[in-house]
Amino acid sequence: MSSIAFVAITILTLAAALAAATLQKLMHAALSFAVMFVGISAFFFLLGAEFVGLVQIFVYIGAVAVLIVFTILLTRDDVGKVQSFNWSGVIVAIAVFAGLVWAIANTKSLPLTPPLIEPVRVQRIGELLMTNYVWPLQCVGVLLTAALIGALILVMEEKT
Amino acid sequence: MTLSILLVVSAALFCIGLLAALSRRHAIFILIGIEMMLAAANLNFIAFWRFAPQPAQPTGMMVAIFAIAIAAAEAAVGLAMVIAVYRHFRTTNVDRLDRLKG
Amino acid sequence: MNSWITSNVWLVPAVPLAASILILASGKSARRSAVAFAILGQVVALTMSIFAFVSTLHSHSFRVVENFTWFTFGEQNLRIGFVLDPLAAAMLIMITLVGLCIFIFSIGYMAEDKNFSQFFAYLSFFSGAMLGVVVANSLLLLFVFWELVGLASYLLIGFWIERPSAAAAAKKAFITTRIGDMGFFLGILWLYHQSGTLLFYDGGRGCLENAGLVALGASATFIALLIFCGAVGKSGQFPLHVWLPDAMEGPTPVSALIHAATMVAAGVFLVARVYPVFGVGAINGVTPSLTVVVWIGVITGLMGALIAVAQFDIKRILAYSTVSQLGLMMVSLGVGGVAAGIMHLLAHGFFKALLFLGAGSVIHGLHHEQDIRKMGGLRRLMPITFSTYAIGMMALSGVPFFFSGGWTKEEILHATSNWPRSHLPHYLMLIGVILTALYMTRQIIYVFFGNRHAASEHGRESSRVMTLPLIVLAVCAILFSVVLTPAWPWLESYLTGHSARFDPHLLIQPMIIVSLALVGAGVSLGIWIYRRAGETDPLQHAQPALFRFLENKMWFDEIYERTVVALSAILARLSDWMDRHVWDGLVQDIGRIGQFFGRVTTSADERVINAGVDESTSGAHGLGRLMSRWHSGQIQTYLGAVALGMLALVLLYAWLG
Repeated sequence: MSSIAFVAITILTLAAALAAATLQKLMHAALSFAVMFVGISAFFFLLGAEFVGLVQIFVYIGAVAVLIVFTILLTRDDVGKVQSFNWSGVIVAIAVFAGLVWAIANTKSLPLTPPLIEPVRVQRIGELLMTNYVWPLQCVGVLLTAALIGALILVMEEKT
Repeated sequence: MTLSILLVVSAALFCIGLLAALSRRHAIFILIGIEMMLAAANLNFIAFWRFAPQPAQPTGMMVAIFAIAIAAAEAAVGLAMVIAVYRHFRTTNVDRLDRLKG
Repeated sequence: MNSWITSNVWLVPAVPLAASILILASGKSARRSAVAFAILGQVVALTMSIFAFVSTLHSHSFRVVENFTWFTFGEQNLRIGFVLDPLAAAMLIMITLVGLCIFIFSIGYMAEDKNFSQFFAYLSFFSGAMLGVVVANSLLLLFVFWELVGLASYLLIGFWIERPSAAAAAKKAFITTRIGDMGFFLGILWLYHQSGTLLFYDGGRGCLENAGLVALGASATFIALLIFCGAVGKSGQFPLHVWLPDAMEGPTPVSALIHAATMVAAGVFLVARVYPVFGVGAINGVTPSLTVVVWIGVITGLMGALIAVAQFDIKRILAYSTVSQLGLMMVSLGVGGVAAGIMHLLAHGFFKALLFLGAGSVIHGLHHEQDIRKMGGLRRLMPITFSTYAIGMMALSGVPFFFSGGWTKEEILHATSNWPRSHLPHYLMLIGVILTALYMTRQIIYVFFGNRHAASEHGRESSRVMTLPLIVLAVCAILFSVVLTPAWPWLESYLTGHSARFDPHLLIQPMIIVSLALVGAGVSLGIWIYRRAGETDPLQHAQPALFRFLENKMWFDEIYERTVVALSAILARLSDWMDRHVWDGLVQDIGRIGQFFGRVTTSADERVINAGVDESTSGAHGLGRLMSRWHSGQIQTYLGAVALGMLALVLLYAWLG
């Protein structure tokens, strides 16, 4: 059962990713980019990390993809021009893929079946955030603040 | 669903993201590619968490959460930069953005 | 006194040499002191020579040898010193006595010359050097003094240096004798190589003593002949006789001293001194080297006499006469009559000097006229000169009984007749006797007899200072014969070391009759031919071609000029060309090689080193340009590089396990 789901989600994700990478029209690419994230979230759900999957949907699809669409809309001037494709990038990507696959294949003693786990409760995650991971949490907070201010400054127009 | 398959899938995803980042001329596509790569890395983390020997800390999950947060921040800033560059150079073609040429 | 002098014989040459230095030091204008020093030096030398002579009378075969080690280098010693034996003692007396007479004569002869003091300095120098030759104890020392004598001769022949003929004559004399000296030196070297010593007598090890002679072996002949070369040069033998007549360019006292009495005698003295070397391996008293000596002497004797018959210069006649007489002496030495030859040398010294001084008196009296055709009838104008000259002439011609030359000539003829090898020298020397009488008679008739020539109208007898030496020498010429007679052959026994007996019976010998006859024939022939001699010589009238041949000295000078002199001129030009083109060329080529290397280095520096540096800098440039292309400013390039780097790391990790 889970294997059928797995295969389906895999195909969805990879197809959407390829579409996002190769589609000419920017809007289409952005939208398939969002679909890809749906697939990844499904993966997370499959793997038992529901909270992460939900966070993914919120953040990536809700925020990042939208941001990208907005940016596309804001930088529309040369959307008509044909952009050339750089084939050397393909070669590098394939090379890297090959290398990674080879590395994975050569790794010994990878577990074959997923062990039984009990579901992780959100309460648990909250606890961890506040105790073990409090410092990363604060840092991420600072980082987000900085990113926010930075982005604002970057796009603020000069008063001429 | 073995770990290897999952790793291969995430590797494929990573490479597709790399492909997008390397072979498209539009600046936004590069950002899309980067986001894809980050997502692939997240997948990796969760996969390893899932297949970890029990009892395991939910470390993988925590890392994935933080990675998502950071990716979001970075996407924001990156997109802000694209807008700023577009305002200045009137182009989003990275081939023409070579002011740092050495 | 006797023993003192025998240990200090070296003073005899030293005193005249010192006098010469003193004269030179006192300057040109100190004429009186110059004469004083010269005369004094000569008198002292004469006195010491007499004492030395007296001390040699003590014993037969007297010989005092002093070898003083001067310095040592390595294993060799340089030893100087003297040898005093009868030969040396007799020579010492002759040289100093004749020298003294000539010195006194020069006071009058050179009175008007502006270089008066210099003349006496040179005369003293010559005297000292000649005495040094006589007493030298080794061939090396003898050679040193030999060369000094040559130098003095050069200075004196060319005394009137402003005359080009005198300068040329001095140069000719020096060069001709030099050729002989070259052979002499080679002989010395060879002798030293063979026997290891140049000392004459060294307690048994000297080169003239048995051990030294044995060491010479078969090379003795060549060594003797090489040493003879020096004698040939110095004594004017054929073929090196050409300098002697030209040497008459010097003042007459010089001719008298050097070229009659002393320097030319040095060659004969040398042969006598090293006679043992000539006599090595003698069979019946005959060796190859001595045979050569005889024949050279014969040729010289005849040649000189023949040329003298056709000369018109009063001094040239006497010069060729000297050449002829020296030849005769060499013949005597060659056939084994060493004592006879030395006796004739001593006698010849006296009467030849007398003849030269007489000729000088004539020349001075006629204000430097030298051609005999312009003289005549001087016997009434210059009686003392005439009478002394006549005595000299008779001594030279060989009139026996009263004149020393006669006895000695007879002794020589006696010796030549006993030569086992051949009798030809004997007969040729007989002809020489006739010729000698002939040319001397010719000269006397031309100069002193007959009608007075216009140029001799103003002649008058010379001053006392010049006639006194003439008289002294004439007396010596006569008195000397006392010790030469066969009746009491004192001098011969003195020289050879045998004892002498007084035996009147020996007075009359066959040879005396023969020589008397020959002399008489020569004189009468001369009187008959020349009694009516005028401007032209009768013989010249009779045989013009032959006369001209003899008058021109048998064309010797011209032959030498064309051959030897021309050859040396060619060699000089060749050497100059070689020097200019070959050696200079070589040096230039080496310079060019240096330049070439310079150019090579330059181009290497430019092309290789500079180019290398340039290449490497441009390589660095290119590399930099290449690497700067990687900084494209393109984000995707950088990203691609990062991806590949990451791949590499992954692979590395996987491979490392």
